[in-house]
Amino acid sequence: MNRSFIARNPSVLVFLSLLALFTIMVTVLSEGFGIGIVSTSFVKTLGKTLCLCLIAVAMDLIWGYTGILSLGHFAFFGLGGYMIGIWLMYERTRQIVATSLSEGILPPTPEETEAAIANQIFGVVGSSEFPIVWAFSNSLVVQLILVVLVPGVFALIFGWLAFRSRVTGVYLSILTQAMTLGLSLYLFQNANGFRGNNGLSGLQNLPGVTAPQSVVSLWFFWASAVALGLGYLLTAWVVSGKFGSVIRGIRDNETRVRFLGYSVESYKLAVFTLTACISGIAGALYYPQAGIINPAELAPIASIYLAVWVAIGGRGRLYGAVIGTAFVSLVSSWSTGGQAPDISLGFYTIRWVDWWLVLLGLSFVLVTLFAPGGIGAIFDHLSRQSNGRGTS
Amino acid sequence: MSTLLEVSGVSVSFDGFRAINNLTFQIGTAELRAVIGPNGAGKTTFMDIVTGKTKPDEGNIIWGEKSISLVGMSEARIAQAGIGRKFQKPTVFESQTVQENLLMALRKDRGPLAVLFYRPSPADLERVAELADDMGLSEALLRIAGELSHGQKQWLEIGMLLAQEPQLLLVDEPAAGMTPAEREKTTSILVEAARTRAVVVVEHDMDFVRRLECKVTVLHEGSVLAEGSLDHVTKNQAVVDVYLGR
Amino acid sequence: MSVPSPLPIPESSPMKTMFPALLAALLLLFQPVVAQSGPVQDLLQSQRALIEESSRRTIGPAIDALADSGLPQVQSVLQAWRSKDMWQRKPDGHFFAATKNADGTYGLTDFETGEAVGAYPKSELAQIKPNSGIRALIATALVKFQLTDPDRALRAAALASISRDPEGSLLSPLRTSIDSEDDPDLRARKIRLERLMTMSFDTDNGARVAAIEEMAGDLGVDFRATLNPILTTRIMIVAKDDILDENIAADLAPGSEMLSREAAYALLVAADRARPVVTGDDRDAALEANILGGRIAGKPIAQMNTETARDEAYEALAEASLAPAFVTSQDIDAALSDHRFVEVYLEPSSDVTDAAKAALEISEAWVAANQAVDLGLDALSLASIYFLAAIGLAITFGVMGVINMAHGEFIMMGAYTGFVVQQLIPNHTVSLFVAIPSAFVVTFLAGVALERLVIRWLYHRPLETLLATFGVSIALQQLAKNIFGTQARPLTSPGWLDGAWVINDVVAISYIRIAIFALALMFLCLFLFIMKRTRLGLETRAVTQNPRMAASMGINPGRVNMLTFGLGSGIAGIAGVAIGLFAKVTSEMGGGYIVQSFMTVVVGGVGNIWGTLTGALMIGGFQKGVEWLNPSNTLAAQTYMIFFIIIFIQFRPRGIIALRGRAAGD
Repeated sequence: MNRSFIARNPSVLVFLSLLALFTIMVTVLSEGFGIGIVSTSFVKTLGKTLCLCLIAVAMDLIWGYTGILSLGHFAFFGLGGYMIGIWLMYERTRQIVATSLSEGILPPTPEETEAAIANQIFGVVGSSEFPIVWAFSNSLVVQLILVVLVPGVFALIFGWLAFRSRVTGVYLSILTQAMTLGLSLYLFQNANGFRGNNGLSGLQNLPGVTAPQSVVSLWFFWASAVALGLGYLLTAWVVSGKFGSVIRGIRDNETRVRFLGYSVESYKLAVFTLTACISGIAGALYYPQAGIINPAELAPIASIYLAVWVAIGGRGRLYGAVIGTAFVSLVSSWSTGGQAPDISLGFYTIRWVDWWLVLLGLSFVLVTLFAPGGIGAIFDHLSRQSNGRGTS
Repeated sequence: MSTLLEVSGVSVSFDGFRAINNLTFQIGTAELRAVIGPNGAGKTTFMDIVTGKTKPDEGNIIWGEKSISLVGMSEARIAQAGIGRKFQKPTVFESQTVQENLLMALRKDRGPLAVLFYRPSPADLERVAELADDMGLSEALLRIAGELSHGQKQWLEIGMLLAQEPQLLLVDEPAAGMTPAEREKTTSILVEAARTRAVVVVEHDMDFVRRLECKVTVLHEGSVLAEGSLDHVTKNQAVVDVYLGR
Repeated sequence: MSVPSPLPIPESSPMKTMFPALLAALLLLFQPVVAQSGPVQDLLQSQRALIEESSRRTIGPAIDALADSGLPQVQSVLQAWRSKDMWQRKPDGHFFAATKNADGTYGLTDFETGEAVGAYPKSELAQIKPNSGIRALIATALVKFQLTDPDRALRAAALASISRDPEGSLLSPLRTSIDSEDDPDLRARKIRLERLMTMSFDTDNGARVAAIEEMAGDLGVDFRATLNPILTTRIMIVAKDDILDENIAADLAPGSEMLSREAAYALLVAADRARPVVTGDDRDAALEANILGGRIAGKPIAQMNTETARDEAYEALAEASLAPAFVTSQDIDAALSDHRFVEVYLEPSSDVTDAAKAALEISEAWVAANQAVDLGLDALSLASIYFLAAIGLAITFGVMGVINMAHGEFIMMGAYTGFVVQQLIPNHTVSLFVAIPSAFVVTFLAGVALERLVIRWLYHRPLETLLATFGVSIALQQLAKNIFGTQARPLTSPGWLDGAWVINDVVAISYIRIAIFALALMFLCLFLFIMKRTRLGLETRAVTQNPRMAASMGINPGRVNMLTFGLGSGIAGIAGVAIGLFAKVTSEMGGGYIVQSFMTVVVGGVGNIWGTLTGALMIGGFQKGVEWLNPSNTLAAQTYMIFFIIIFIQFRPRGIIALRGRAAGD
């Protein structure tokens, strides 16, 4: 069945090949395993970009295909990051604490170790006890499951509430935005066990791994590439068949789908939850490369940027989401990273850092107005011409 | 002829306006029925109530052999129970092919998981081709539905309804905006469909109704004013007063 | 030294020490007026020893003697004494007020007559240097005089100083001063202070109780501050069967909510009535101190890696008398059951404490009631802020169905307009009245431009409108940052908006909030007027309900949409000025209001201004309510509010005031 699926969707094969090629190229050029042209920090940037592409694919599935403009998927991304961050931070702190405690005269007891870890992690928010949300922090397996489970269950509950009451369109968008804001405010509170606005830090250090960052960064880069490849494949498969037909039907005419006997709410909920899980995985891969996560990452604005990327890339096309995200986020990190040159007009110097967002905002308006298909539409146009079918 | 749908004493009001007022209506299996009435008589609201889009304030709707109450069921459940509905404006999925449209409508398990793993069998494709043929769309099977003409879209929608294999078909103004030749064809499709199932047609056009040659129900101000053959109701003075006389 | 002194003798001259007697004789010859004895000087002389001793412990009778003498000059004596201007003439030991002359000598003034006595070199004088303790005592004595001083400001200052630091000794002078007080305001304050001080300091308990009962239910902070010390308690530990002759507030059972077992035992330990608990750290220290050849109590150190192993090792040490045994739970129970923990009032009279307790309860109930009122006012003002921020949106989103994510940036734009106007016009009142119309014009034009350039092309594609206007919002925000910088800009309100309307010690509402409330009310009326009474309103409603029909009746929908959108944006601009008055003006301020504003409109029910009003009241009320339950955490209040809204929408998906049926438009 899968063979025929690939055969029917040549673009998936093209994408996967390009991704593989890109991964090999970066590895060869990297400091860790290759000739060292691409710096470690740039490998991290590329790896993070791949994660953003993955969440963009999820966004495309929920928005481009199902027509639900969710302004909350970055919240799921952040939740995924928090879940893996909890283990990374716990385990690394445990090792540091174990080293320092072993210098004492008496060998440390488990209780002493726990108390010292808790003190180390939560001292900054004035607590010395593990909150309930850290109950499984010592188990990598459980936290990995939670990476998928927490965003999934959260999306399931929220989606069930929202879809059940038939909130649609902009109302739903605003509601998801409110959800994100609520979650972000929740995480901001010191009392809730996520270290308030300090967030979780030091995530780039893998506990028990002595390999240098140049190597670790490549591991994450590969993992991100594999996750993106698999996510892309899964999403492409989901939208290829009748399921894809139904969700596109929901996007174009929800009522008709309902009168055909499909429970629109279940489909929306399924897609919402699936994409939340994908977002969680993307976040769990992203934040160890970023090194730090704090509640500001979950601010509603981030989710809106996600929509911007997908829209610029061209929604309703999976590769469009990837192209848009890669393009905008790389240009964004280039222009805000200070490498971009200033343009002097004599009386005024245009600094990229200052004007990039203005440019992004305006170009976004222009894309929405004049090119709703985004960058992806250009590819569609080209491939259609090469197929000799032409547009009608 | 046993009763398929029984609507009894149904009322609904919007902000004080009584759109449906103590309406009672019955239809048997394999019956063709035309519903006529002036604007605002409650024809569309009647359909909304039967298909679950609008919840009635009071009254009962009993469906099928097992006498299930439709009140409070979701639209999807009602559709699965065997009631198909065609809207006034042609509503097909314009960005998808005729084949995809029909495959989606085909009577199959509607659950998300089943649909996710569904791949059309040769038998399914054959059934789709057959339906398209009946609707005169076999040439257009792989075309995008948005490219079809107005009449073709209407037929595609009726084809989709038939693919659902409903026991009751509610059709809202099927002939609106059609050429005489297209009307002819629509008439025959509906009459054909009514051989195996109940069909309710809401229509303004008297010529079209006459051609259906069936029992007619006249709605006025949310309740039934008269019922019987077209000739019978057109002679009814009350009907003439509120509708035909104008 | 421009003026030659009567006897220019350098202070460091050896003559000073060589011929003291001669000098004294010479000096006396030069005195124009010889000090005369009088009642004040006599009084001072009678206390001379104490004054010279100048000790905090013994000075009391001297000051009292002066203060109680009733001599009119005593006030100036005390003032001079306190400010270290009282000097003693060495030859006869008389006291004078002294001021330093330009040539280094000191001019003495007689207390009795206020006449100058002459100038003396420093060597002839001794300064009386009261320490700070004595100065405080003098100050207290002085208050009695100040309370009746003819200068009103001095009397007010004295009253303030007494109420800051009340003392029993001041009660009677305060009482006596009331009768002669002719200023009604000061009189009322004196009476109130007298009542309060009676509660604390009167020697007659009956008078104290009467005063307390008289004022029971009073809301003043001073009243509660007076009662609280009367009700101060301490915990006493006594043996089980001891009889206690104290004013008992409560018997505390260890393990109750008032006194945990641990705390009770810690009290016993502190009172040396029980053995201290062996803590984990004590145990570990003992273990470490008893390592013998790599073993503790016969066990290798490496085995000490569980709590149980350490406990066992410690018990072994305890048995070998190398460490005190653990204090077990039974030990604690036994110690606790042998003792009684009693909370006793420092105030001995139970009549007074009972009355104070009852009075405090009544007062606190009143305070709570007033706090509820205050909270209600707070909620109302928060609601008016939300309403103000949302009303422009109620027009663009509620009436036109256009979702404008740049709405927050219009608020920001209005606030910055206010800031710029304030830079040009320094008078805050004038600039505020210029800023409001300017903000309206600026944001009106911005709104019209946005409608013409972007939104017009996206009608009936709400999600795309959302995205495009979001792009505008990003651009505007960054633009503002580029122009005005990242730091917050102040928008100063005019002086008459400062301060608050104080109703009592609990309920107060700042004028600025009242102004915002009034503004919100004004906007509500304006909105209703425009929608119901003007041509634009009529046309807007027509275009909203049926654009094609409206167009066919000669209404230009494009123009109407443009004006309506401009109106909504303009109101956002005015809201920006209002919000800027109490919040910081930054490029990001709009973002903080956009979600809340949408929530207000959605919760209220789209397309209905009363819905928006109700939504604002509900959200404001809810948020304040949560803040009241959990005052330290405004973040939590916002979080709960959002979850509340999500749940609320479950039950009323179309808001509080919803359109139903076909008009709602699916």
